Amino acid sequence: MSAGWGRRRPGPDVSPKGTPLTTSRTRTFAFTAAALAASLGLAACGARTDAEAPPASAAVDSCVDTSGDTVKIGFLNSLSGTMAISEQTVRDALDLAAEEINADGGVLGKQLQIVAEDGASEPTIFAEKAEKLIVSDCVAAVFGGWTSSSRKAMLPVFESNNALLFYPVQYEGLEASPNIYYSGATTNQQIVPGMDYLREQGATSIFLVGSDYVFPRTANRIINAYAEAHGIEVVGEEYAPLGHTDFSTIVNKLQASGADAVFNTLNGDSNVAFFKEYTNVGMGPDDVPVLSVSIAEEEIGGIGVENIEGQLTAWNYYQTVESDTNAAFVEAFKAKYGEDRVTSDPMEAAYTSLYLWKGMVEAADSFDVDAVNAASDGVTFDAPEGTVTVNGDNHHLAKTALVGEIGADGLIHVVWSSDGPIEPDPFLEGYDWAEGLS
Amino acid sequence: MDPLLSQLFAGLSVGSVLLLAALGLALTFGQMGVINMAHGEFMMAGAYTAFVVQLVVADAGLSLMMSLGIGFLVGGLLGLLLEATLLSRMYHRPLDTLLVTWGVALILQQVARDVFGAPNVDVRAPEWLSGAVTLLGVQVPKTRLFILLVAVVCVAALSIVLKQTPLGRRIRATVTNRDLAETSGISTRATDRLTFFIGSGIAGVAGVVLTLLGSIGPTLGRNYIVDAFLVVVAGGIGQLKGAVIAAFALGISQALIEFSTTASIAKVAVFVAVVVFLQFRPQGIVSVRTRSLA
Repeated sequence: MSAGWGRRRPGPDVSPKGTPLTTSRTRTFAFTAAALAASLGLAACGARTDAEAPPASAAVDSCVDTSGDTVKIGFLNSLSGTMAISEQTVRDALDLAAEEINADGGVLGKQLQIVAEDGASEPTIFAEKAEKLIVSDCVAAVFGGWTSSSRKAMLPVFESNNALLFYPVQYEGLEASPNIYYSGATTNQQIVPGMDYLREQGATSIFLVGSDYVFPRTANRIINAYAEAHGIEVVGEEYAPLGHTDFSTIVNKLQASGADAVFNTLNGDSNVAFFKEYTNVGMGPDDVPVLSVSIAEEEIGGIGVENIEGQLTAWNYYQTVESDTNAAFVEAFKAKYGEDRVTSDPMEAAYTSLYLWKGMVEAADSFDVDAVNAASDGVTFDAPEGTVTVNGDNHHLAKTALVGEIGADGLIHVVWSSDGPIEPDPFLEGYDWAEGLS
Repeated sequence: MDPLLSQLFAGLSVGSVLLLAALGLALTFGQMGVINMAHGEFMMAGAYTAFVVQLVVADAGLSLMMSLGIGFLVGGLLGLLLEATLLSRMYHRPLDTLLVTWGVALILQQVARDVFGAPNVDVRAPEWLSGAVTLLGVQVPKTRLFILLVAVVCVAALSIVLKQTPLGRRIRATVTNRDLAETSGISTRATDRLTFFIGSGIAGVAGVVLTLLGSIGPTLGRNYIVDAFLVVVAGGIGQLKGAVIAAFALGISQALIEFSTTASIAKVAVFVAVVVFLQFRPQGIVSVRTRSLA
């Protein structure tokens, strides 16, 4: 669920702009449609291609002030607009981490001073606010972003100012900027293990369903290559426009395909409509299990536990992960934000990212970006998901992949785990079958 | 099972959803000429009504039936409120209505977000609607049959009201020639209010049944409003018949095209078809002769 999308982004509908209409009433309709399209038409992805731009590193003077007993860091998440619903949870987790670190004596003895900004679900605003945080607030690092379009919009800002961004969401891979640390999963830590699991369960044919934007299309390219190499037949590949509300045809195709399992990269509200239709025609996890990569704890209530119980998800963290660190994290989170709140993978990745930055700064004994980068390789943190280790080459984390099953309690329970942390491989260079994908 | 037959049914069911979303609009936009961008939010209010009723009445079946009635009232009263406070001041100013109702739509969305929270909520479907029945060798979800039934009942009830009752005569008279209706002693203000109440009430009912199919969140209405206007415009202004034909024609063609191509292509193809159709028949499928000057 990353990429140019919003987990619950309402889909901009196509508008019949330019419809030639003649009567006065229908003419106003055309205006209506155009106005609606304009207001619904959310920003298109700033489709900048990869992070190949050379870092302008040493040439830029940093204005970070470390002389006092505080150091500024920036939190940049959408608190308004369509992404607010998801990004607010990440902000909550970041606030918690900052509070804990400050209570524990800060970083290199300096208390963290948070400069909070709202990205407003707009990639261009993310870029502007990032520039402001770096240049006029002089923060030592920025934490945030969710959609791939927001990350791609911020990337040149961080590279040209030689500043640091910590990005907390799993995404479609194929990127490795020297100025970004990716604390969510890349494809070989979520999608590939998800396929490994389905294969182990004996699936020989799969059906792919996803929302029509960059993440599902990239993910499905990888899945197709994987399936071909491992003798799995892809019996259907369907994309629904963002905000698509009627899945009767797609579910009909799924039924007709006779697939053993479904790999679901749908996003947001579409998941609700898909699972209701899937349940209504009488299918269930026993006949055709669905493995989803965009459904985390907080979405389950909206889909309805009865529609999704027993289905699978692939992530690196669940609230139910059994460890003392996670128990403490969940307890602290609930104590701060309320008993009814749940914790999810992106929240945990954001929480972890702040601690990892602390670890890197302490390893470097400096807040300087180049020093932090030089010291980053091998920095570890005993995170709620388990121990994670920073890879200094591609700035991703080695993390353990977990397949979970959605329980009647609305939480996700681990049913499969990779053998220890998986080294990040954003360009899938270590997989023969993935040749030519990137 | 026969894919063609199963797609025909899928099309009927898409059409029934489109029809429910568009029926109220056919009345308020089609008959009265009010562009109500908040129509989708009245549907959203209906959906949240189903959620609230289910909190009170635990039995899913009973709460669904109660929600249909209460949803109609909630939608209708919201419509009445909107008509009495804002729209009544701006008849004959369609562009102002457009902007004002769009603003109202945003306000209603935010109210829903503040009251019910931003995450989606869930309404349980009753036991007797779960699963599917086999008709002519096609697996048909019971929820889809139920929605088709609700759509048919709404159309039937509405056409009886319009054709057989004094209120219906007044509405038709007002549509055909507002000034003449007024000089004949019809209170067009009262007629407008009632029409708006009924149209918005049907939006509430549509919202209730949509809880069986999709997500229930503050932005539910946005997903349907454009399609609803499309149905009304393609169907022709001022006639329910047109909306019914257009809804099922669009639903079935969407389902058939989607089966052989993809969901995105189907959506585009349907829009293109409507655009081309309106080139040749700008008044829509069914048109009514009015003697009004507008």
